[in-house]
Amino acid sequence: MGEIFVVVEHRKGEIREITFEMLFKARELCQTSSHNLTAILLGGKNSGFVDDLAKWADRVIAFEDNRLEIFNADLYKEILDRLIREHTPFLTLMGHTSWGMDLAPALSIRTGLPLATDCVDIQTEDGRPMVFRQIYSGKLFSKVSFKESPGYLITVRPGAFLPPDDVEESQGKVVRQELPAGLTEPKKEFIEFVDTGAGDIDIAQAELLVSIGRGVGEEENIATIRELADLMGATLSCSRPVVDKNWLPKFHQVGTSGKSVKPKVYLAFGISGAFQHVAGITGAGTVIAINKDRKAPIFRVADYGIADDLFKIADSLKEKLGNG
Amino acid sequence: MNIIVCIKRVPLTQEVDLEVDELKKGVKKDALAYVINDWDNYAVEEAVLLQEKFGGTVTAITIGDEDDEEILRRALAMGADKSIRIEPGERELDGFVISKILAKTIRDLEYDLILTGVQADDDNAAMVGTMLAEELGLSHAAVVTGMEPEGSDAIIRVELEGGMDEVSKIKLPSLLTIQTGINEPRYVSIMGIRKARKKELVVINVEDLGLSEDDLAQRTMIEEVFLPPETEGAEMIEGDPSSVASQIIQIIKEKGVSI
Repeated sequence: MGEIFVVVEHRKGEIREITFEMLFKARELCQTSSHNLTAILLGGKNSGFVDDLAKWADRVIAFEDNRLEIFNADLYKEILDRLIREHTPFLTLMGHTSWGMDLAPALSIRTGLPLATDCVDIQTEDGRPMVFRQIYSGKLFSKVSFKESPGYLITVRPGAFLPPDDVEESQGKVVRQELPAGLTEPKKEFIEFVDTGAGDIDIAQAELLVSIGRGVGEEENIATIRELADLMGATLSCSRPVVDKNWLPKFHQVGTSGKSVKPKVYLAFGISGAFQHVAGITGAGTVIAINKDRKAPIFRVADYGIADDLFKIADSLKEKLGNG
Repeated sequence: MNIIVCIKRVPLTQEVDLEVDELKKGVKKDALAYVINDWDNYAVEEAVLLQEKFGGTVTAITIGDEDDEEILRRALAMGADKSIRIEPGERELDGFVISKILAKTIRDLEYDLILTGVQADDDNAAMVGTMLAEELGLSHAAVVTGMEPEGSDAIIRVELEGGMDEVSKIKLPSLLTIQTGINEPRYVSIMGIRKARKKELVVINVEDLGLSEDDLAQRTMIEEVFLPPETEGAEMIEGDPSSVASQIIQIIKEKGVSI
C-alpha cells in the first residue's frame, strides 16, 4: 500500500484553501486505490496547523522550524527531496500557485520524478496516474499520462476540487521531525510582504461591478465604460490584462492575484474568462458576460451571455439609462 | 550583466475557434496566426531594460523550426544582441525535454541571469523555467513582477495570490520566470525587424547537443486533446443591442440592484 503526499501551503499563520482542496481530492483517490494520505507540513515553530491537518489526513509529517515559516524554494525542495526518497510516495500533490510554480518543477528535476502541472482532475489507470489539464487558456482540455516511475508529482489548480462543508474528520497521526542536518544555505532571503490590493476603492464591497478585460482594446475606450459604470452607480473593475497595460491601477483587478469579489451582479465586458479571473468571481450573485467570441470560456461560467460587440451593448445601455 | 532569455512562438487563440486535429493530440494549426508568447515578450523587454541600464549582452533562445526564427528577429529588434535557435527535428517535446535541451545549450554560455516567461500561452504548464534553474543549479523565483540588481544579488518581487507580493533578495546567477505587467514591452516596427537580420542567429541541431536518449524522452505524454465537456453554461441573450440592453437592465433590477 502506497502513500499520497500533500504539501501544505500556508501564509501568514493561515493554511491556504488550496491545501484543503488537495487533501479532499487526495482522500478520494486514497479511497479508490487504498493508499494512505500524508500531509507534509513545512512550517514555523508552533505553527498551530498540525491539529487542523490531522483532521484531514491519516498522518501529518511536520517539520516546524522558524527557517520554514515563510516559503523558501531552496529549503523546501531539499527537505521534500529527502522525504520523497525516504518514503517513495505514489503521488505528491502541490498547489498550482506561486509556491508550486517555483517549487514543483525544481523538485521534479531533483527527484527525477515526472511532473504534470495545473491539473483539474486526477484519476488512476492500471496503477498509474492520468491527469486532465486545460490548454489554450481553457479552450481545450488534454488528458495526460506519465512515463512509468516510482512516484509522480502533480500540481493542482486552485478551485478545481472544492471540499463540501461536512467532510468526515480523520484522526491522523502526527509525526514531528527535526530538520535534517547539513541543509544547504538558501540562495533566497525573504524581506517583506507587500499588500497590492489597497487603493481608493474596494471592489470587494461593491454591489454592482462593471468589469473590463482585454476586449476593451485601447486605453481610450475605458472612458466610455467608466461613463456607463457611473451612470449605473456601479464600481469599475477589470481583469489582469488591463492592469498589465497600466490602464487601471491594481486595486481594480478581480482574480487570484487581485481581489475576490461578491457583487449581486457582475457585468463582464470583453473578459475572456481565464481561470485566474473566474476564481475571483465565484462569490458573484449573477454574472452577465459580453464578448465577441462565442467560444470564450467566460460563457461557461456566466449566468447570461451576449455574443456581441461590447461597445454596441454599452452604448445601448447608456442610451436607455441616460433617458431613464 | 549578461542575460539569456528563453522564448517560444505560440498560436494566437483569442477569438479563434480551435479545432482538434485528426490524431486528437493537438490543434489544427494551418489557419492559426503565430506570435511571441505574451509572458516571453515581457521577459525580453525586462532583459533589454536591464542591459540598457547595466550593460552586457542579451541572448534570445528558442526551440523550434525555421518559422520560429520570426520571434528571435523580433527579440533582436527589441534590443537583444544575439540569438540561438535549436532545431528539434521531429521529436516530441514536453517541459522536461525542453529544460534538458535548454540546459545543455546554456551551460557553457556566460550569464548572470536567465529569464523565461511564467508560462506559455499554448500548454499553460509553467514548468520549463524552474526545471531549467534546477538543471543548472541556479537560484530561482517564479511569477516575478520586479527585479533590481544589487551587487552580486538582486532584489526581486514575486506575485502571490490574493493581492500580495513578496519581496526578497536572491543570489545571482539566477533564473526568474517573468509575469506579465512587469514592464511595458516596446513597440517593434517591421523596419526594426528587417534591420535585426544583421544580428547573430545561430542554429543548433538538437542531435548535436550530445543529450542521452533518456534526456530526450518525454516524462508526460498527451493522450488526447478534446473540446471542453458540454456544460449548461450561460443563457445566451440574442437580439439587437437595444433589446439586449433592456434585458440586461431588467436582470440587474430583478437581482435587487437599483440603477
